[in-house]
Amino acid sequence: MNDKQDWPLYEIFIRAKSGLDHKHVGSLHATDARMALEHARDLYTRRQEGVSIWAVRSADIVASDPAESDAFFEPARDKVYRHPTFYDIPDEVKTL
Amino acid sequence: MYTQGLDSLGKDCLRDEARDGAALETRFQARVDAEEKIEPKDWMPEAYRRTLVRQISQHAHSEIVGMLPEGNWITRAPSLLRKTILIAKVQDEGGHGAYLYSAAETLGVARSELVEQLLTGKAKYSSIFNYPTPTWADVGAIGWLVDGAAIMNQIPLCRCSYGPYARAMVRICKEESFHQRQGYEIMLRLARGTAAQRDMAQAALDRWWWPSLMMFGPSDNDSKHSAQSMRWKIKRFSNDELRQKFVDTTVPQADYLGLKVPDPELAWDEATQHYRFGPIDWREFEQVLAGHGPCNRERLEARRRAHDEGRWVREAATAWAAKRSAEAVQAA
Repeated sequence: MNDKQDWPLYEIFIRAKSGLDHKHVGSLHATDARMALEHARDLYTRRQEGVSIWAVRSADIVASDPAESDAFFEPARDKVYRHPTFYDIPDEVKTL
Repeated sequence: MYTQGLDSLGKDCLRDEARDGAALETRFQARVDAEEKIEPKDWMPEAYRRTLVRQISQHAHSEIVGMLPEGNWITRAPSLLRKTILIAKVQDEGGHGAYLYSAAETLGVARSELVEQLLTGKAKYSSIFNYPTPTWADVGAIGWLVDGAAIMNQIPLCRCSYGPYARAMVRICKEESFHQRQGYEIMLRLARGTAAQRDMAQAALDRWWWPSLMMFGPSDNDSKHSAQSMRWKIKRFSNDELRQKFVDTTVPQADYLGLKVPDPELAWDEATQHYRFGPIDWREFEQVLAGHGPCNRERLEARRRAHDEGRWVREAATAWAAKRSAEAVQAA
């Protein structure tokens, strides 16, 4: 290995306990998927922080562009009627 | 992806770009002022990026070099339990270094570049790790004082404006508390032990007190990066504020141990409700930073040796991964 060349970068996601989503916790370098999982275990679950790990090559992640986010998320901006609080219901009406 | 458009444009565009740049900068500062977090791909001023790369990588290097003074005692810890605790603590420091290198990399700098900066002596790390650990009590003093000072510095960094750094700091702060408590407990045991053990604890406090105060960096009047870092909300409190806070919380802890803080001018000031303390020897600080501390050379040599001696492991892992992926292709 050339010391100037870093191993591929992996993004690490941890499920803290069953029933919860996997959550992004950080990244690390590894030669392959197996090393990524083992290093993720040593790096991010030293105190039993997880029951499951996902490792994804950072290069494989497709992300929205923050510079375009205003336009990209614009369609949802004027649709307040999608929220329950948009509707006025008299107090006398219960469990609604 | 991480570079800014400014770099790639021709001279004709520079005037427009400068105007746009000013607008972007105003918007950036407004986001920071509103306590919004800045994320890796967001626009940021080049100086903000440089400042963060410098600070985060120095912080990472400090964690990595910080493994050495304590690692010195792993083989000689006084019991099997103390040994396993110390291994866990040193492993945490390595982990903190890894979290921080990852955070720095989100700013577009390569890990290999950062490692090289450390090994060639181009990068700085905390002056504190250039002091020796001649006795077991030094391990206690490091946990109590050095990790205590680090916590004081790091808790405000959990609210730093740069998202990846702030998140790494949250993780680190959770783990540092174990470090500080195990250190204080070592001191407590020694302070309650034989006269020789008490002396050993006192001598360690004498050695580590002043270098710990220096960890907060130069006095506010002489700190060149502070004002801008405050504006960018990378820093939340000044060096002197944090130092004072550390003194105020640590002196009563020393009192409880029955140990004496090595500062003849140390006194409680009723009016300000703070401890007054004597002048710090900034010449010593400058000397250690410039590479002339008691262990600077030894620390860097140890890092270089570890890097060189680990080379075959990195090469083998790379070769193994290549072989496995070739086999997978053949099998498919």
